[in-house]
Amino acid sequence: MNCKKYSALVFPLMSIVSGFVVGAIIMLVFGYDPLQNYGNLLVGSFGGAYSIGETLRNMTPLILTALGFAVSSKAGFFNIGGSGQYLMGWFGAVVVALKWSWLPGWFLIIVSIMSGALLGGVWSAIAGLLRAYCGTSEVITTIMLNYVALYFVNFAVKNWLAAQGHDSSATITAKASLRSPLLASLTSNSTLHWGFILALLVCLIIWIYFNRTRAGFELRSIGLNERAAQYAGMNVRKTIILAMLISGILAGLGGALDGLGNFQNISVSNSLPQVGYDGMAVAILASYNPLGIILSSLLFSALQIGGMSMSVYSNAPTEIVSIVTGSIIFFIAIKYAFEIILKKYKLSYPKFNIAGK
Amino acid sequence: MKRPTAVAAVLMTFGLILGGCGNHGHQTASKTQHTAALVTDGGGIDDKSFNQSAWEGLQKWGKHRHLKKGIGGYNYVQSSSDADFMPNINKLIKAKYQTIFALGYTLNTAVDTAAKQNPQTNFAIIDSIVPHHNNVTSVQFKTEQSSYLAGVAAAKTTKTKKVGFIGGVKSNVITTFERGFTQGVHAVDPSIKVDVKYVGAFTKADVGKSLASAMFNNGADIIFHAAGGSGAGVFSAAKDNRKNNKKVWVIGVDQDQKADGQYSGGNVTLASAIKKVDTAVEDIADKADQKKFPGNKIVTYDLKGKGVDLINDNLSVSAQKAVQEYRQKIIKGQIMVKSK
Repeated sequence: MNCKKYSALVFPLMSIVSGFVVGAIIMLVFGYDPLQNYGNLLVGSFGGAYSIGETLRNMTPLILTALGFAVSSKAGFFNIGGSGQYLMGWFGAVVVALKWSWLPGWFLIIVSIMSGALLGGVWSAIAGLLRAYCGTSEVITTIMLNYVALYFVNFAVKNWLAAQGHDSSATITAKASLRSPLLASLTSNSTLHWGFILALLVCLIIWIYFNRTRAGFELRSIGLNERAAQYAGMNVRKTIILAMLISGILAGLGGALDGLGNFQNISVSNSLPQVGYDGMAVAILASYNPLGIILSSLLFSALQIGGMSMSVYSNAPTEIVSIVTGSIIFFIAIKYAFEIILKKYKLSYPKFNIAGK
Repeated sequence: MKRPTAVAAVLMTFGLILGGCGNHGHQTASKTQHTAALVTDGGGIDDKSFNQSAWEGLQKWGKHRHLKKGIGGYNYVQSSSDADFMPNINKLIKAKYQTIFALGYTLNTAVDTAAKQNPQTNFAIIDSIVPHHNNVTSVQFKTEQSSYLAGVAAAKTTKTKKVGFIGGVKSNVITTFERGFTQGVHAVDPSIKVDVKYVGAFTKADVGKSLASAMFNNGADIIFHAAGGSGAGVFSAAKDNRKNNKKVWVIGVDQDQKADGQYSGGNVTLASAIKKVDTAVEDIADKADQKKFPGNKIVTYDLKGKGVDLINDNLSVSAQKAVQEYRQKIIKGQIMVKSK
């Protein structure tokens, strides 16, 4: 067990280092100075209160979309719909904050966040229901639902929320905003908001859910072996739907917090929000461990925020960051390849283990 | 599970220490050279459209002044999502760029906030309006005028009495193209049918292609597109139709798209409704440098000022003549093209 934990940390770290090395080699090949650029990246993400504030703020939706992906993956489902669920959450929260602005302060925030999260949950539960009752592949349905979400939100914003001739909704009232003068002054006017604290709390809750509750155990069992779980008397259908619901609620919560804390309105968008897909990478890097997700989202967020400084303070294009993150995930994937190969040689008897757990 | 938490704690503390030592100084830049930078919307700097055109304008401006790309000169930053706008703008402000261009309506809120917090920095928002700031200028293009001329050109060329319009995303900026085009077509011949479709994205050439193919199959023989990268599909559909001996045309957008219409058997680009974002960027940067920055104003680039126009790629002589007539009428104010 100890050995397993050790390798759970070593593989990601090795992948991260290798990712940076690949980035450095590519910069060298194209004539950019890797040390200078990585220096700017570090300063851009952690150098100064403002940068730290932005990095933490950028972590918030990453943590939640990653948690969402982790929950469904633990149950054995590949929920690619994080982007759509995030967008629905953002939309739901902003709509409530705009339309029910007469509600009193904190209550308005709570209702907005909850409706955003629920909308995300419903969006993903559709795929869960289809999977549980019709056996439809959740990969296909979540991808399709992403587009339905994008075009539905665009339609609703354009025809309902935005004023005639505009492409964005109005800005939400200050009392519905998650930003605070305290956090802003602490981080010299960054966009850090209370959602960050909430995201950390949710991480803890999901960790407890996975490791300390019966429902979490059932979820993991179904992910390991659906038939065995059914044989053991677990309600597989219920758990499938529940897993997808929670997964969507988390992604939707990410959207709601970003909407109320960061954007404060919603616009017609040209494409699905990238954060849904980034969340998948974050979760994979953390091998679905909720506490590991905090660390890996910090890394991804720092890369994204710091990467912007690279093109401002030196000449390397920001895309280097995408190469680095891409390579990290590539090396993680190779780790899986290694594991699969290793398992192939040892895998004559581990099935007993599952029953014994 | 103790290890990750410990690492997190160390990282956080490290961050806080750095934060404490961080430099909060806001010095005013020494006013030797004017510096300018731009922030893209979701699209890249090489989107063959809006962002690219703006960057070309800024490069021209910088080279003209013997500035270098980078700090103390001119630069760009790309936004990969809407969440990047604010940090991007703030990074440019910290790097002491004096004029910052924001490309597109999605940056409205970011510009509004940044302008409030940084009254010493000039901001220019392209294709949108951010009012009530003395350090923000809003740049608009009368694309309804160039689209109107595209409509005239289409109406004078169509044989089937049916033309089409394909837009990127149904946003205010793009519907302006559609309205102008329809008015232009109907000014020549009200009986011509205009088929209107939206791709829903600026990057989906495949959807652009299937929409265009459907339009051509329904009898349209000219399509005007305002769909950015999705427009590549419109060109490709037109070339397929040409190879089946159907005489169809495409009217390009933003820049001269003659090269995009080239194929082994000829060229499908009839004309291009250009929008000179580059000229606008150059112009605003110049004005800022000469301390004539048009703050709290809407600067409009129109047909008269050559900010927009229709350029001829393969128009017949009679169509060219008609376009010229209408151009003069618009410039003289005899025709008022509606944008909504």
